[in-house]
Order: sequence, then C-alpha cells, then structure tokens
Amino acid sequence: MIEVKDLYFTYPTGLEALRGINLTIDDGEFLAIMGQNGAGKTTLVKHFNGLLKPTKGEVLVNGVNTRDVSVAKLARNVGFVFQNPDHQLFSETVEDEVAFALKNFGFEEAVIEKQVDWALNLLDITKYRKTSPFMLSGGERKRVALASILAWDPQIIILDEPTIGQDHQQKEKLQQFILQLNAQKKTVVVVTHDVEFVAECNPRVILMSQGKILAEGIAKKVLTNQKLVAQASIVPPQITQIFLELADLGLPTDVIDVHEATKILLDRLRERQ
Amino acid sequence: MAVIETRDLTYTYPGATKPSIKKVSITINKADFVILTGPSGCGKTTLCRCFNGLIPHFYNGNLEGEIVVAGLKVADHQIHQIARHVGLVFQNPENQLFALSVEKDVAFGLENFAMPRDEMRKRVDWALQIAGITELSERPPNELSGGQQQRVAIASVLAMQPDIMVLDEPTSFLDPVGAQKIFEVINELNKNLGITIILVEHRLDLASKYANHVIVMDEGKVVLNGTPREIFNSEEARLIGVGIPKATKLYQQLKQNGIHLKTVPVTTEETANLLREALKHD
Repeated sequence: MIEVKDLYFTYPTGLEALRGINLTIDDGEFLAIMGQNGAGKTTLVKHFNGLLKPTKGEVLVNGVNTRDVSVAKLARNVGFVFQNPDHQLFSETVEDEVAFALKNFGFEEAVIEKQVDWALNLLDITKYRKTSPFMLSGGERKRVALASILAWDPQIIILDEPTIGQDHQQKEKLQQFILQLNAQKKTVVVVTHDVEFVAECNPRVILMSQGKILAEGIAKKVLTNQKLVAQASIVPPQITQIFLELADLGLPTDVIDVHEATKILLDRLRERQ
Repeated sequence: MAVIETRDLTYTYPGATKPSIKKVSITINKADFVILTGPSGCGKTTLCRCFNGLIPHFYNGNLEGEIVVAGLKVADHQIHQIARHVGLVFQNPENQLFALSVEKDVAFGLENFAMPRDEMRKRVDWALQIAGITELSERPPNELSGGQQQRVAIASVLAMQPDIMVLDEPTSFLDPVGAQKIFEVINELNKNLGITIILVEHRLDLASKYANHVIVMDEGKVVLNGTPREIFNSEEARLIGVGIPKATKLYQQLKQNGIHLKTVPVTTEETANLLREALKHD
C-alpha cells in the first residue's frame, strides 16, 4: 500500500512541482496518472520508490516512511520502469541486464537463473539473451527494461509512459500484460497520456494539473467529464466524443469502450425496429 | 503533380544481409497529407531517410531502383541540395534544438544557406508566427514545454520554406491537447501553404482526419496505399496490426452485427452524423 500525505516537492531550481498531494493506493490496485506535460506526474511517482524525498509531507510504502529507507531497500517492493529505457539499461547483454538487480539483492545463483529465464520468456525476448540491449529496437529495449524489473517480482510496479513508441500490436500485448500483472494482485501504477490505452483498461484514474490532483475516479467517469479532461489537457477517447455529440438523442455520455458502444447502439436500433 | 516518386526502390544498410525496404513504388503528389504507418521495424524510417537523401549519401549501403524528390534525382544530388526541399522533424524535439534562444534555433538553417540578414529576419519572424510562438522568440528552448519545443522544431524547418515536410511521430511525448495543437499547425501548413506533409504516426485516432493519403508498410514493403477510408476499412489493415481509429472500429463492429452505415467513417464528426441518421431513420 502507498500512502501519500500532504506531499509538497520543490526542485532545487525553485520549481514547485507538487503542491499538497493526498492519495492512497491499495494493494492490487491499477491506477493511471494522467495530466498535461509538466503537471508533476513523474515527480509524484518518483516518490513511490524514494528516488525523490518529500520537501514537506510524507510518503509511506507498506507503512514505511520513504525518508527512513534507501532506494535500494524500497526497490525490493517497488519496481520502476522509466519513460526512456536508455536511462535504465547499461549491461552488455540482455541476460546480464535482467540478472543485475537479482544479484544485487543477493539471491542464490539457481534462483537468479530461474527468474531470468522466466522474465525473458514472459516478455518474449529469450532470443536476445546474449544480445546487447543497445542493438535492439526502442520497443524491444522497453521490454528488456520491464523484464529487468519483473525478474525480482516486486509487489508494486510503476510504468512511466509505457506505450510511447510502441506500435499497435506491441501496445495490445503490453496492455494484456499489464492487465495480467494486475490480475495476479500486483499493484500497477501507470503514468500516461494515452487516453485510448486507458479507455481500454478502465483503471482508477487520477488527473493532475499544476502539482495538484484535479480529480479521481474510474476511467469511465473521469475521461467522460468534458470539463475535467479539458482542465488536464486531455482529449476524451474517440468513442466518448462520438457519444457526447449524440447526447441530445438520449444516449449515455459515459461510454469509453467500442464494445459497450456497439451494444448500446444495437439495443437502440433494434428496439426501434 | 508528383513531388516524390519512387520506382522499385530497394535499400540495404551497410553490413546488413537483407534489404530494409523492398521494391517500393509510390507516388506522392504536391500538397498531399500522407500518413506513413506500419509495425515497428517495417521500414518507415528508412524510407523517410531516402526522401531527403540521407540514404544513400550519408548511410551509404546499397540503393537500387529510382527515387525523384522535388524534381531531383536523389542519386545525382547532394544532401544539402535536397534538404532545401525536404524538412525533417523528429519525435523528440530535444534531439533537434540546441541554440540559446528560440529565434537563433530557427535562424540556424538559414545561416547555413548564407542568406542576407534582412531576408533571414523576415523568414524567422514568419516561421515563428505560423508556428504560433512569436512571443517565445527570446526564450531558451530548454526551458519550454514539450509542445512548445516541438513548435520551435517545426518553425526551424519551416523557415527553410521546404516543399515537403517529413515528421516522425512528432507528438508522442506530448499531452493530448498539445498533440492536437501540433497536428493543427501541420494541417495549416498543408492546407494554407500547400506544403506536402509526410507524417509517420502510430496514433491514427488523432491524425487521420487531416490526411488524404495513407501508406502502410510491413516487412520493408508497401502493403496498402490509398485514401484513409479505403485503408482503415480493409481487412488487411487489421491483420498487420495497424491501429485503426476507434470510429472505424465501431463501424466494423456494427457491420458485423448487421447494421450498415452508409459510408466508412474516419473522423468523430462523420461517425456521429452517420449514427444520428441511422438512429432517426429506424
């Protein structure tokens, strides 16, 4: 569980990035953090694994104040996948990269081997195990970064803009994968601009603006509130936009998903026949 | 009138065992707004590098077939000659900006062309105005938001008054409203100034309403080439995993359930209008 209590954070340059955040993320929850560029999303999640420490207020991870423990200690429970995989990767082979943290945590050789095999297989990169991460495409490097985090099986997984630079197929795979992690009771926190991605997963959403939380609720409620999304520099999903245009015909306006949209339209058309 | 024409264009990077693009034959007309899409590694970026002569002049390797850009045979002209006609905007503006002020960044390309100072001033002011960043001209680019930086990158390219602009996922780092504003700037360049746009993009929901031409690549080949309507409704587009707009997906799902809308919608407005009609008729 992550508890954020009246969190303020000011960068050394004087930029006040977070201004009074209160938030609880329960175990096994799937949360998407959205909002305009510079709203403080990445600054906020960097507090969850102690990369940043509060200027004021506090962050508790499983009851432990992040001020009192090292990043290395927190990392055992909290895995962080950066927006740009190149900020994270450094080893000579994919295999070494994925094994790195396990070695640091002092796991036995046999366990390391098993976990590495499992993570490589999970992300479909076993064929690259002896390859340098830097020879791979952007999408593949992102999967290596993810494998290297999942290998040590953290309870909380934070993904900063996981869909950037991924093509449609990779995005679908990633989506299934995230839902699968969540189904295994992992806590998943995603920072993203990708409204269509969020619309398809329907997690709890937090909208941020200028260092504050603007709104929170399930995606279906938050993304269909025109006023809120405009304040957070977001555009509603295309399906929502279509239904908003048709609001005068008595159709619901809180629709984000194609399947639900199809069902509603079919019901309407059939009942008229 | 064609501004880019390729015939059986095949290119292999130095040291590679197989070609990255294979027998690509396409025609792009003046003032077309083209979306170039396809799975990662399909050859989109390689094809774009042919448009401004980076291939073959910078990357070497082996180029076969023909490519003519703005009337110039790419094989017979140097990069700087082709660059006058073709501007490139990258995914991450940080990779492109470097000067201490926005206007210096925008002026940089013109300085390289040894343009007279007065003319340069005019061009820079014009480009800043069209990109909507006149008020930022004195600011250092590294202090701007991602959306503002991408506008600076566009203005820098625009100042060269290219006939063709190639933009490689220019909005992927931007929030949706920032992204929409960039697409609108690009659309104005296309509609008002007649600049040919080639947009490499995965997120078709946002971009397809501006385009009149879509090219889909897969494994180095052009597999689909036509209007957005034709492409997004084709079965093949679904099969190679092009992310078709949700509006088109809705049309397809209704069709599978026996509801036929009059045409294949691509944009939000079109879909809403078609649905309105269908709901009223029945």
